[in-house]
Formats: sequence, structure tokens, C-alpha cells
Amino acid sequence: MSIEDLQVAQNQLEGALGKAFLSERVVMRGKDLHNELGKQDWLSVMVYAITGREFSANQLRYMNFMWVATSYPDAGIWPNQATALAGTARTTPSLSLVTGLALSEARLYGRKPDRRAMDFFYRAAARVDQGESIEQVIEQEIEQRKVVFGYGRPLVRLDERVAHTLHVIETLGLDNGRHFQLALETHRYLKRTRGLSMNIAAISASTMADMGFSTEEYQLFLTLVFVAGMVPCYLDAKRRPEGSFFPVSCDNLVYSGVAERRW
Amino acid sequence: MSEKFELHSSIWREEAQPENPFTADRCLAFGYDVYGDVLHKCSWAEYLLLLFTGERPSVAAASLLEKLAIALANPGPREPSVRAAMNGGVGGSVDAASLIAALAVGAGQYGGSHEVYLLVNAWQQLGEDLDGWKAYLSEPNRDYREDVWSPIEHPPGFDPHGVRCARPVLQSLAALAEVSPGSALTWLQEHRSELERHSGLPLAMSAVAAAAFQDLGFNANQAIMMYLMLRLPGAAVHALEQEKLGWKKFPAYGPAIHLNDDPGPMGTPDVSRFGL
Repeated sequence: MSIEDLQVAQNQLEGALGKAFLSERVVMRGKDLHNELGKQDWLSVMVYAITGREFSANQLRYMNFMWVATSYPDAGIWPNQATALAGTARTTPSLSLVTGLALSEARLYGRKPDRRAMDFFYRAAARVDQGESIEQVIEQEIEQRKVVFGYGRPLVRLDERVAHTLHVIETLGLDNGRHFQLALETHRYLKRTRGLSMNIAAISASTMADMGFSTEEYQLFLTLVFVAGMVPCYLDAKRRPEGSFFPVSCDNLVYSGVAERRW
Repeated sequence: MSEKFELHSSIWREEAQPENPFTADRCLAFGYDVYGDVLHKCSWAEYLLLLFTGERPSVAAASLLEKLAIALANPGPREPSVRAAMNGGVGGSVDAASLIAALAVGAGQYGGSHEVYLLVNAWQQLGEDLDGWKAYLSEPNRDYREDVWSPIEHPPGFDPHGVRCARPVLQSLAALAEVSPGSALTWLQEHRSELERHSGLPLAMSAVAAAAFQDLGFNANQAIMMYLMLRLPGAAVHALEQEKLGWKKFPAYGPAIHLNDDPGPMGTPDVSRFGL
């Protein structure tokens, strides 16, 4: 970008994806927000905002289920715990939810494994298209990256969401997609060779890949996915005395560092 | 019996009051009594370095951190993270939200903490290998794997919109190199022109910060944390200033935003019977 381009960009934003003509109308990705998108449910508008595409009723029902099925109101879950701590520390409702949402972009769970699981299915499909077997692809993935994202689970081997989600996918006729079938093949191979199971990340990523979501679009879709479960965690901490959410006594802070010394 | 939950730390120890296990009588950081000893003898920079490194720092290291803190404290109101905080100030957002905005935007790869992260990682892999740096800067995404972070769009540490190295960058590099206990800042100063020729872009403040973190012995994640914290003062004061200045003295970009796919007016429902 040249200095001249920057100078022009100081005062103009051309080809924007949306605009509010205040007191008149609002346009999002070429559609009138109130006259056109206003007839749709919120989730449809959210995925339209992300992709610029419209989805079938069954696809939207499934996406809605994904949000519902990850709304765990358990304050032991790390991002929810931060939300509960926000409640016990008496910060604001919005800041409380923001803290949980920000933490959800994590390495051990949440957005990083979600993206990497989808990325695996896209790369695997491309290589199978070039004649490799899925077994070869998986073995090389493990050799190079030590892990296939979406398989196994760090805390619990059986993921309770799997059965419910598979049932919804089947009921809605979304179980024939290319990437979901690859996810099942990967599961069968990893189960047989390493005792690993497909978890919710693989199911969600592969089915959303079948709907044509890019990894970034997928992350944007998932960003709020835990939020409904965070709300009760905040409220539960808020209704109790301040500072009473699993307080830690000095003795329960276990020190393993150097001995006392003088500055 | 219920489970006993414990937090573990090799940084911090607390001794409870005899009458209340939830109130600390003494707090020790890496073995030093924070309120009985450190508070009276130690500077802010020394204490920060103690917390990050676990050891009482040298005078030179503390001096470097203090100078780095001044260099980074205020990126100025044109910089995206500060502007984000000002959007909080102008609208009267809660003050913490302005800092959260600055942290989120300032975490990025265009002058933000993730750019510093990439550079500190590169320092740890490449050290002072000039050819290695040139190869890295030519292909910074060579080892990229799918992540929440996109591939970086410019050679890390260089200003993609720059023509000539900014004077504050040069002044900071010189001032920090002068007090640094390490050799990275000096090496960067010596090879800046060559690296700029190779990249076709001028050096940016992120590169100076990364070299300083290398000289302080920080790893890439520690560098992110410190970089984000050190840049917050500017975000804070400009957010507060903008709140006082008011919305009339803040850019109203709306009219400058244009669409290519405007469907045009579709009308508004007739609600005249409500007598609004």
C-alpha cells in the first residue's frame, strides 16, 4: 500500500460490508437489515454476517443445536470459572461475559483445537483427492504433529455431546457430507490403532466444513458458543456473598519456590 | 470429606494471620518479603523483573526495562490499540473496557504483541545469525500452521507502511542499546540498515522491543505480557482525555463509509397511528 493509498484511506472506506444510514436504514452485506434480514432469526443473520451466505432450515437447526449443546452452566469449566470469579468480585455483567469469551480462544480447548480440527479435514480431503489413503494421511499427521485434533479428550474419554449431536445430524440429513465421512473414517482408524475416540470438535468441524465454512468463519461462528452457559455461572456467584466463590485460604496456596531471603 | 483444592506456585508464598486463614500477614515473592523488605528497597522495574525472572535483576537490566517502559508507554492516539481505548472513553464505556479494548487490539500482529512474540521466538532460534534473519524475514510464515493467528502480512519488526525509519524508533534503539546488559539491541543497531535493505521496509518499534526482551532474557510469552502492560498507560490517558473532550471532537467516520452493493431504500413501516 502506497503513501498515496493511505492518504486516500484517511477519509474514505470504499466497498464496506455494511453501513448504517442513520435515521433511514441499515445495510449488511447487500441486504436491508430491517426489511430483509429482519424476517430471519438471529442465528441466520449471524451466519449471514460471517459468510454472506444463506443456509437451509436444517443446517440452521443444527447450528442452533451446536450453540445449545455447548452451553454448559458449570463454573468448574475454565472460562466459566473466570465468569464466576467476575461475579464474586462484583464486576459488571458485560465485563464478566467478556472475560469468559476471551479465555475461550484457548490451546487445550475451544477455538484453537476447533480451527485445527477443521484444517485437518480440509487437508485430508485434498490429499485423499490426490490418491493417498486416509490411513496414510492420519499416520503422517501424527508423525509430524503428534496429534489429530478432534480425537481423544484430555479430561474424559467419552464426550457426552457426541451421541446427541450425531443423532441431530442424522435426523436433519446432514450425515452424508464428504468431511463428516472422513471424520468417521478417521475415528474408526484411530479407535482401532490407538483407542482414541472422535470428540465433539471433530464432528462439529467436519460438518461445518461440509457447509463450506472456512476456518476463520468457523471460529467467528463459535466465538459466542459457550456464552449461554456462562450466564448462570455469573449469576450464581453474584447471588452469593462477595468473594465466596471457592475462596482460597493462604494454606491452600502451595509454594514450591526458593527459601526466604533478604533483598 | 470434600476435596481440598490447592493452587500451586513457585513465585508467591503467603503466611496467614493466626486468626484468619484468608488474610495474608506476609507475602513473599521468590523468597523476598514484598511488603516488609522489597517495598522499601526496590524500584518498580526491579520488582517487575523479579516477578518475571525469579531473580533480583542487575542494575543494567532494571535500567533497560525502565527505558523500555518509557519508549512503549504511549504509542500515541493514532495507534490502533490506543484508538480502540479512545472509543471506550468517548462513549463513556466502563474504564476497564477501554483497557480491554487496548489489550485486544494491541495483541495483534501489526505492531502489536503477537508481532513481538514472533520476533522473540525468532531471536531464540536465530540469535545473531544475520543470514538466518534474512531468510526468516523473507519467509516469516514458513512454519505456519492453522491457528487463531493469521499468517503475518509483513516481515515482523518492520513497518509495512514505512518509507524511512521513524526517528523515535532510532532514538529508542540507541537509548536502549546504551544501557542494555545484552548484545541483541546493539546487534540490531549495527545491522539495521542491512536488514532494512533486505526487507525493503524500515525497522519498527516492535523490533526494538523484541531485542530488548531478548536482552532481558524473556521468552516469547513473557514478552507478550510485558509489552501489553507497558503500552497501557497511553491507552488509559487518551481514553480519559477523549471522555473529557467529548464526542464532537472525535472522528465521525459514518459518512465516509461507502457500499458497492447498496440495495437502496426499501421503506419504513407507517406507524403514524402511534403519534410519535
